Amino acid sequence: MQSLTLESVTSQSPGLLTRLRPWLHVKACTGSLIVLSFIAVGILGPAAAPLDPNKQELTAMLKAPQGIGAAHVLGTDNLGRDILSRVIHGARVSLLVAFAVVFVSGLIGVSLGAVSGYFGGKVDFLIQKLVEVVWAFPPLLLGITIMAFLGQGLFNLILALVAQRWIPYCRVVRGQALSLREREFVVAAQCLGASKRRIILRHIIPNLVQTSLVIGTFAMASSIIAEASLSFLGVGVPPEIPTWGTMLADARIYISTAWWLPLFPGLCIFITVLGINLLGDALRDILDPRLTRAGPGR
Amino acid sequence: MTSYLTQRALGTIPVLLLISLVVFLLIHAAPGDPTLMLLGEETNAAEVAKAKARWGLDRPLPIQYLRFITSAVTGDFGKSFKYAEPVSSVIKTRLPATIELAIVSIIIATLLAIPLGVWAGSKPNSWIDNLGTSFGLFGISMPSFWLGIMLILVLAGILNILPTSGRSTYGVAGPEITGFYLLDSIMQKNSQAAWDALTHIFMPALALGMNMLGILMRVTRSAVLEVMNEEYVVAARAKGLAEKNVVWRHVTSNALIPVITVVGLELGTLLSGSIIVETVFAWPGSGSLLITALNARDYPLVTGLVMTYTVAFVIINLIIDGLYAVVDPRIRY
Repeated sequence: MQSLTLESVTSQSPGLLTRLRPWLHVKACTGSLIVLSFIAVGILGPAAAPLDPNKQELTAMLKAPQGIGAAHVLGTDNLGRDILSRVIHGARVSLLVAFAVVFVSGLIGVSLGAVSGYFGGKVDFLIQKLVEVVWAFPPLLLGITIMAFLGQGLFNLILALVAQRWIPYCRVVRGQALSLREREFVVAAQCLGASKRRIILRHIIPNLVQTSLVIGTFAMASSIIAEASLSFLGVGVPPEIPTWGTMLADARIYISTAWWLPLFPGLCIFITVLGINLLGDALRDILDPRLTRAGPGR
Repeated sequence: MTSYLTQRALGTIPVLLLISLVVFLLIHAAPGDPTLMLLGEETNAAEVAKAKARWGLDRPLPIQYLRFITSAVTGDFGKSFKYAEPVSSVIKTRLPATIELAIVSIIIATLLAIPLGVWAGSKPNSWIDNLGTSFGLFGISMPSFWLGIMLILVLAGILNILPTSGRSTYGVAGPEITGFYLLDSIMQKNSQAAWDALTHIFMPALALGMNMLGILMRVTRSAVLEVMNEEYVVAARAKGLAEKNVVWRHVTSNALIPVITVVGLELGTLLSGSIIVETVFAWPGSGSLLITALNARDYPLVTGLVMTYTVAFVIINLIIDGLYAVVDPRIRY
């Protein structure tokens, strides 16, 4: 019904989509630029950082940003650690967590969704029950609970974030697989004697890649925020690893005295997430207009 | 419709049971022995065994789960380690603050998002649309805790016009009736206390509501865009109605159905968002209580809170389901 409405929009007001295009272009370019620099900074990490992020310099505590060319471009924190170096190292953790979460949850969600939609029956019932139970937890709360009971650590953090993020993939993919299995090319493959595994892997899943890509972009934005939230609450990665979330948590007591402590790590989260959302919006408009209503993943 | 809702309500029972099992298993997967933690280092095997027998920790896991679930059904999660009070009464004193915060956030979000979304959607690609879309993107990309910290920095630190934390200035609020400070002070006709409560709630509610605002604005805009091309809108224009009437009466009322869905969906995000925003603003609600309980390893309290949040989330979803039929007469269960 949604795609029908879209067609009627375009047929009734010719030029709407053409007028949208330049804006789409700006979004895609800005988004990709931000995401690419985020990835570059994350990969280069230690090489790009001017100083050791954990080196304490007690003679240079709470120095205000000194500008480009100085020793501490973005200033120092309460232990005299260089903010710029910490922010750069923080990008690495966010990047690692975000990619791992999106990849693992995509893998789980797409496979379960495809199996659920293609087989139907008992398998579908069981998988959908699982979806219902996991989805009944308020987002973030499940993550907090898992982290609280399993303890801090990168692996547990990824596990805690994956716990709910595979569900949007599973739901959308299931719906699409349900309709795909009735399509001629799938029926044809069945008639030619292809095995179920082959049909799912070679015929169903390739058709789900575009949609999954869009969901993945929004999942990436939400996992960066969730990672920062958990680290901020003190249940994320261990404190010796600098992340944007832990930097913000440390900055809380210095809000009134040192504005640069909360400003820079928060700005990094905001700009990165903004970039990913811009890219996601553009991708969605280009690849899958039907998803307009889905909005960003939780 | 009643039968559908009863069926839905009954359907949530197995889900709730499974959730309680997940929570129970998570607690038992936690490293470290709770008895050793409670009794301290200086203890012997006999004492540990006695304590385990007293708390029923020596029984097999299925029996322990059965005992846990039978008392949980009555709202009994045991005694909090930290507060030495029943978990349910500790939670009860903190809940109103969280509910009040959530309600004010929703009000701020919907009051700003719906007009902005309708305005942007009715004039696609105008400057107001660009402004609205950018604002929506800003809202969904903004981490609530950072926005909270920045609000404190600017409004409380630099401009010094709002208080940084807590629910009220000491001594200003009157006696508690409902536990909702805004409602209490209005009922007591205490304008000073009402203003005080309002200045305290504004920043946390804005920080908490910003994400919802962004999402709602985007959803309203796309819903309006879609409805604008319906035939009855063309008909309304054809009979000579002013554009203002067409947009606000005919389009908006029809575009609001998806918006309500999203409000419902986002309530869960709001609930968990409150955990983090309450921590930023030292808001004495159930969210900051959860973090206190986690740091104190107060397992009964953590379990009680997680179950409360989850049950609340499930019930909210049920109510939203019922609301569809009220809002959209075409939906009949």
